[in-house]
Amino acid sequence: MEHYLNIFIKSIFIDNMIFAFFLGMCSYLAVSKNVKTALGLGIAVIFVLVITVPVNFLIEKYVLKAGALVWLGEGFADVDLSFLTFMVFIAVIAAMTQVVEMVVEKFSPSLYNSLGIFLPLIAVNCAILGASLFMQEREYENVLEATIFGAGSGVGWLLAIVGIAAIREKMKYSNVPAPLRGLGITFILTGLMAIAFMGFMGIKI
Amino acid sequence: MEGKEKDPLFSGKNIKLLTDQINRNNPITVQVLGICSALAVTVKLKPALVMALSVTIVVAVSNVVIAAMRKYIPDRIRIIVQLVVIATLVIIVDQVLKAYAFDVSKQLSVFVGLIITNCIIMGRLEAFAMANKPWPSFLDGLGNGAGYGIILIIVSFFRELLGSGTLMGYPVLEKIGIYRIGYENNGMMILPPMALIVVGLIIWFQRSRNKSLIEK
Repeated sequence: MEHYLNIFIKSIFIDNMIFAFFLGMCSYLAVSKNVKTALGLGIAVIFVLVITVPVNFLIEKYVLKAGALVWLGEGFADVDLSFLTFMVFIAVIAAMTQVVEMVVEKFSPSLYNSLGIFLPLIAVNCAILGASLFMQEREYENVLEATIFGAGSGVGWLLAIVGIAAIREKMKYSNVPAPLRGLGITFILTGLMAIAFMGFMGIKI
Repeated sequence: MEGKEKDPLFSGKNIKLLTDQINRNNPITVQVLGICSALAVTVKLKPALVMALSVTIVVAVSNVVIAAMRKYIPDRIRIIVQLVVIATLVIIVDQVLKAYAFDVSKQLSVFVGLIITNCIIMGRLEAFAMANKPWPSFLDGLGNGAGYGIILIIVSFFRELLGSGTLMGYPVLEKIGIYRIGYENNGMMILPPMALIVVGLIIWFQRSRNKSLIEK
């Protein structure tokens, strides 16, 4: 049990998608102008991550890995489809995003409208594909670990985007040097937040 | 427009496609595309160069492919078609890197795969290749790749020089002898947060030179 908690905490704070790996920066910079939209997008990202990471884990384990097709019969023991990884992962992600988009449109049209173009763009949000690729690289052992990792990464991303959105709302009242306004100061703020998050480094449960 | 059907290969308009992206319309600092990978691979100069080259190849070739097919792609499924083209190219790049530059490919780890979701590529396909002929699209791709590469090189230059005291693995600062007078490497530069701050400073510098880019 502690092991799972460790993966969860680690993926939220230490291996934070934004602050340690800069994944999902595009939508992070573009949708962080107010807290409400940021929260909506963050929840959508968690949702997509929790679905896609375990699905990709199963596909990786039973289809793509070298020798993974052995359950089909002895003749498949030396088939290695791992070069197809990118293609399959991105297809799963694109399909899942479509599903999420339809669900959000049905149940919360106002959120759907405020997210606008960024909902379909979750498909090309680096954080989603990144999580699947990290899942592959770190060789998690079972589906539960993969799911927890996905959830943790999503929560970390949500924390980051809500945090920066809150700061940017306050930044409106500050006198920032003109060339630094908007994008520049957001980068520097993110850097400072990342330094703060580095304080979590080395925590182990 | 009499020059329309016979536009010379390197007409002023086409050259502009190439050079505009490097400064005035830079993909990273102005269009805000492709930040994810730009920051993560810039600890050292060498992986940054390889990454810049890979992205340039993928964006140029996929621009050409999509521009050539643009009339036959149904509008509704264009994202999927684009993703397939990009993913195919990235698989090729990944396999080539694994075969000929294994150590760099290990350093880049997941970020080669993440070229697929690099917003520069999708962004340029949507914004340019879907509406233009293959040759201008190719130039646009090269220009964007170069603009992306320049930022990567600037960031990784400073991070490697100040963080580890080397350039391309060559111990520059040690040869100068600056350590003997008490200079120390700034370990902070190697850590992720400094990449963000360096890009922020580049944006600051660029916008203070080029007032038209300042946001309100």
